[in-house]
Amino acid sequence: MFDWLMWFTHMENSKPLALAIFLGAFCGILIYVLTGKQRAQRLESYKYIPFDDDELHPPDRSPAKRHSQSRNGDGQ
Amino acid sequence: MALSSVLPAEQYNYGIVRKFTIMAMVWAVIGMSVGVYIASELAWPFLNFDIPALTFGRLRPVHTTLVIFGFGGSALFATSYYIVQRTCQARLAFPWLAEFTFWGWSGGVALGALTYVLGITQGREYAEFEWPLDIAITLVWVSYIVVYVETIRRRSQPHIYVANWFFMAFLLAVALLHIFNNLAIPVSLTKSYSLFAGVQDAMTQWWYGHNAVGFFLTAAFLGMMYYFVPKQAGRPVYSYRLSIIHFWALIFLYMWAGGHHLHWTALPDWVSTLSAAFSVLLLMPSWGGMINGIMTLSGAWDKLRSDPIMLFLITSLSFYGMSTFEGPLMSLKSVNALSHYTDWTIGHVHSGALGWVALVSFGSFYHLIPRLWDTRMYSQPLIYIHFWLATIGIVLYITSMWVAGIGQGLMLRSFDDYGNLAYTFIETVEFMHTPYIWRALGGAFFVAGVLVMVYNMYMTIQSTRREQAAIEAKLAAKLAKA
Repeated sequence: MFDWLMWFTHMENSKPLALAIFLGAFCGILIYVLTGKQRAQRLESYKYIPFDDDELHPPDRSPAKRHSQSRNGDGQ
Repeated sequence: MALSSVLPAEQYNYGIVRKFTIMAMVWAVIGMSVGVYIASELAWPFLNFDIPALTFGRLRPVHTTLVIFGFGGSALFATSYYIVQRTCQARLAFPWLAEFTFWGWSGGVALGALTYVLGITQGREYAEFEWPLDIAITLVWVSYIVVYVETIRRRSQPHIYVANWFFMAFLLAVALLHIFNNLAIPVSLTKSYSLFAGVQDAMTQWWYGHNAVGFFLTAAFLGMMYYFVPKQAGRPVYSYRLSIIHFWALIFLYMWAGGHHLHWTALPDWVSTLSAAFSVLLLMPSWGGMINGIMTLSGAWDKLRSDPIMLFLITSLSFYGMSTFEGPLMSLKSVNALSHYTDWTIGHVHSGALGWVALVSFGSFYHLIPRLWDTRMYSQPLIYIHFWLATIGIVLYITSMWVAGIGQGLMLRSFDDYGNLAYTFIETVEFMHTPYIWRALGGAFFVAGVLVMVYNMYMTIQSTRREQAAIEAKLAAKLAKA
């Protein structure tokens, strides 16, 4: 019944399978990170986290606000 | 979220960070001094004094353990405990367990060094601790993971900052590496035999050895870099998306690279070739991270003229870039045939260890110390002096090892017209004598820089105490008048 599991125990099968899974996952991460304007803005807004602690007032966490900070800030 | 009415020193647990920072510098002085001593032994062998405890074989693991796990490990505990609190805006979880990690780690490193001097060792590179210490270190490490992950779980920030990703990868990978590499059958309290044998044992050791470099000395210090470079520069990291790609590429690739330490051995050819291919691929995330760090200063390069801490951090990234170019180059089979078993490897390791790991740690500490003790550094010129002593020391060290290693490799593979070896082994040793003297001198420069830093740090802490005492005296006088 579970004979098909034996397929994974052969190195000539499991090695290319592992390669396909890792490569596919990495390509998926690349696509996720590099596509979508809104997502890009959101991800870039996280780079201000180390500075949040220095501020007198809690910063506005909205992506739009963060984006305008990043465009006006000296980090760009 | 951080509250402006609460001082960071009260909001966060800085006590544990201070302890690890001081201990890191203690281990740096002892470990690096031992390094200079054994470098001198290689140049002037009479320094053995025929005392077994002082021989190169016993002191070498003392040096590597104290600088990697003592200095590097304590620096990582200190900075990771600081970063996780500041970026999550949450106080460190389980303070008593964090205290246990301090005493456990410091005690483990000290006991380890003592056992090596006595000749008790597993003989596994960078994992010489015998089994009782391995178990103790595992307990400390699991406690570290619990404290770190629970602090992240209690965070006020919705997003986990990328520096913490690098630290978590380091925590997980080091746990796996330490446990599997040290699987052994104990035969007494001070002796055990590895569960692996032959080429599998060699492969396990270099899977551990290279990933100790990859996750302990690279990923974790990148976590340090992703926090302290932006903070010291006063500007955010160049690209957050690049840092995400940097993280995942590094994590995907590093685990496969260990086999390049075993080219031209009994290890199957395809394994070491695969490792070399992954090593070459590693150049991309490594340089991506380096560029991300250095470009954080884009538009503010003048800081390099006015801020010695920035000099430490940016120079460390330059050395990171250089050693991560040299590493893939040396992993190529043809280059490895020349470089392996020569001092080129020692030079390569030290360009990463001194140039990257130590400099980024010093830069981070110079940023950290005034904040931990709520004061200013005692002397800015002394930071410059430290920087130049360290940089000159590194350059002397790595250039002398290039000369020694490449020369040694070329001599060992030279043949005359009849196919006989052109040089005897002792001729290669004689050739290396002069570079060995320069290497010891380079190491002495580096240690001198560390001593300058320790003095600067001591005076900074002392001045804080004096200021505190003066304030308390004033308060007492006012109260007495009232």
